[in-house]
Amino acid sequence: MSIGAFLLRRLASGALAIVGVSVLVFAFLHVVPGDPVDHLAGGEATPAQRAALEKCLGLDRSLPVQLGTFFVHIADGTLGHQCPDPEHRPTVAARIAVALPHTLALAFAAMLVAALLALPLGMVAAVRRGRWLDTLATVTALAGIALPMMLLAPLLLLVFFVELGWLPGPTDTGAAAIILPALALGVHLMAMLARMTRSSMIEVLGEDYVRTARAKGAPERRVVGVHALRNALLPVITVAGLQFGSLLSGAIIVEKVFARPGLGLTLLDAIANRDYPVVQGTVLVTAVLYVLVNIGVDLAYGLADPRIRRGRA
Amino acid sequence: MIGTALLAVFIVLGVAGPWLAPYDPTHLDLAGRFAAPSAAHWLGTDANGIDAVSQLLWGARTALIVSTVVVGITACVGTGLGLVAGWFGGAVDELVMRAVDILMAFPGFLLNIAIVATVARPSLGLTIAALCANGWVGYARVVRGQVLALRERDFVQAAVALGAGHRRVMGRHLLPNVLGPVLIQATFGLGGVILVEASLAFLGLGPQVDYTWGAMLDQGTQFLWKAGYAHYALAPGLAIMWVVIGANLAGDALRDRLDPKARGR
Repeated sequence: MSIGAFLLRRLASGALAIVGVSVLVFAFLHVVPGDPVDHLAGGEATPAQRAALEKCLGLDRSLPVQLGTFFVHIADGTLGHQCPDPEHRPTVAARIAVALPHTLALAFAAMLVAALLALPLGMVAAVRRGRWLDTLATVTALAGIALPMMLLAPLLLLVFFVELGWLPGPTDTGAAAIILPALALGVHLMAMLARMTRSSMIEVLGEDYVRTARAKGAPERRVVGVHALRNALLPVITVAGLQFGSLLSGAIIVEKVFARPGLGLTLLDAIANRDYPVVQGTVLVTAVLYVLVNIGVDLAYGLADPRIRRGRA
Repeated sequence: MIGTALLAVFIVLGVAGPWLAPYDPTHLDLAGRFAAPSAAHWLGTDANGIDAVSQLLWGARTALIVSTVVVGITACVGTGLGLVAGWFGGAVDELVMRAVDILMAFPGFLLNIAIVATVARPSLGLTIAALCANGWVGYARVVRGQVLALRERDFVQAAVALGAGHRRVMGRHLLPNVLGPVLIQATFGLGGVILVEASLAFLGLGPQVDYTWGAMLDQGTQFLWKAGYAHYALAPGLAIMWVVIGANLAGDALRDRLDPKARGR
């Protein structure tokens, strides 16, 4: 199969997944009991005000029509409007467009932090397998997996911002303000990647071609850093890509702690205000991002592994 | 061994915690707010003067209920669907796997949030339902994969040749052979469920029961800046870590025992 056909097939299955997710989220928000009008209007709204709100949210129409409208709003790129007073408030898409860059920057910074820490940790653990460095790396990775992000984030803030004053906190807006949130978000991924790098590296180091490289007299640094690492990285790339989604959801916690105005905070805010169009839009955009990243991972995997490339040709 | 021991302590405290708790965790004592750790209150009190140890023990009960119920339901549903999909193949398999694809194409935590966000005050039941909504997927994938390999094996073919019906083949011949991987996954799952439940509670979207570790963490981190109060946030955080580390170590040990090929990875 050519790369083009492969991409087309992945895009099609991705689109199917996104439609599925949209319907699922729509169903949850509309079928489960609990009237958004009650929350938005408050207890003292007149029947007329309630009716106006219902009309604005489209709740006066049948479920299939509401679902259709939801898809129309996806197609026209607005993702719906915020009620009440939709004329004077930005569309859902506009609100998300403001928040999205904050979350993307955070996710990529966290990915960078995770990769920079995990690769050396995993490699050292694999090369020094069974020694104290390996144990140390394994314990560090396990602690990183088990440490709840909602504890780590405030602790980092407390230590590096409040106590030591080394790094900027929520009050700063400069580029350096991303360091602590990225660290809080990236540590969990770092732990997973380190474990993955270790096990994948151990497997690759036992392969014949590595033995051949050693037999031919290649220095150990080159054997590990070039010959072994390239193949060991394949599963690591996959896990890193697949975990991008968990970064997007983990960002909700980190954004809450650091008061960063990203998608996560927008979602929490919308949930608190029962702003269903925004909840729906935020969830949808995250799902689309997730699907796109997964397709990207598949492509990167193909590019990194000649066997897969040839298999498709 | 260590993992099992950690999990055993959690289970004992989850079962017996409410009887061991020195105080009523709903009893407010505004005069004794933010008390430092002492003989009367080992971990001090919170912003409402409630004893932290008692909250922690009651929280263990909630964590135990949520994790065991969610893992139990998701393991059963996922195993059942995986068995059916793998054994029957065709349209049934297609249907189950497309549902799996859709749920996998989506950050699970976000789905959990979307479900609990449908009501203003999510109950314990809704939280459990939210965690179950996508929790079965992992089990279904693992079991289906195992069944696809098992269905070609001689003992299964022999059972079919002897006239065993679908139910008998799945229940008597396939199920016992997939229980190992399911058990491994369930052990890892315990820690995962507790982390997600605590995250929901931390975001204010957790079950509206009196005490959860996540809600304690949320309250604790708000007062983390208060001098001498860090232990209140640390205690539930460490409790969550305890269970997650226990579940991971126990899962690793179980995998080493049941799947020798994976040993040492």
